[in-house]
Amino acid sequence: MKFQAHVEVQLRAGIADPEGATIERALPALGFDGVARVRAGRSFNFEVEAPDEVQARAKATELADRLLANPVIEESRLDLQALGG
Amino acid sequence: MASRIGVVVFPGTNCEYDVVQAVERLGGQGELLWHGAADLSGVDAVVLPGGFAHGDYLRPGALARFSPIMDAVTAFAQAGGPVVGICNGFQVLTEAGLLPGALQKNGRLRFLCQPARLRVASAGSVLTGLTTVGDELVIPINHFSGSYTCDPETLRQLTEGDRIVLRYVDNPNGSIDDIAGIRNDAGNVVGLMPHPERASHALLGSEDGVVLLQSLLSAAASAVAA
Repeated sequence: MKFQAHVEVQLRAGIADPEGATIERALPALGFDGVARVRAGRSFNFEVEAPDEVQARAKATELADRLLANPVIEESRLDLQALGG
Repeated sequence: MASRIGVVVFPGTNCEYDVVQAVERLGGQGELLWHGAADLSGVDAVVLPGGFAHGDYLRPGALARFSPIMDAVTAFAQAGGPVVGICNGFQVLTEAGLLPGALQKNGRLRFLCQPARLRVASAGSVLTGLTTVGDELVIPINHFSGSYTCDPETLRQLTEGDRIVLRYVDNPNGSIDDIAGIRNDAGNVVGLMPHPERASHALLGSEDGVVLLQSLLSAAASAVAA
């Protein structure tokens, strides 16, 4: 079976985010009021082939934890959907 | 016989010749080691030099950690062999789990290329064996992701274990506790953001990196003798 994986990687709470802070500081000058607590992150999309959803999830989670995120400073969130056909 | 210093070359590494040249001026023998190699050709010490290994894609060091040679580097480090990661090499060592913590984007999001004043905080490493705690050195930094960070428990272990090797006098990048370089428990694995090879000749504006490279050569020589 094929699954579509979507992984979001964010800095852990409490880890300084100079990218998010820089974006936030620029907002008033651009006319955006009332926006706060900007945190930058990144996302990854990929397809996983596995016999069932449990194994697909295990594989995608390992990939996210070992490579896509650095667990020292980041955390990841996985969304998995079965692909039709 | 001259100590053989292996200098690992990943695709995108760009400080390997600087390190080889600096080491050879001090009487060592520099040898380039391709990242795809499965062994270290019997060198006495390993340097992971600066640059942009694998383009720094994903995160600095994140892909380099999976290069074939890293298994040999890890085994060499665990056997007590001297391993030094400079700048990008420091990032690789943290990603590989050979040193704790991580290097984040600099505070204020600036690429920094400037001389940095450092103070030696521990002489118990292969890179600082010939220095004295409190020595001040001026050595260039050249990085975007050099802000050292770790959890409070790790910081406590680093502090209590005398594992913070170098500190910035004027913290340029937001590193926790002004950390510029750290070592492992045994002192044979060191990572630092400043570039000692770029401060190894009067023509470069500073010779303060020489004592660090000499310490490494000396550690490599005793590793041979042992």
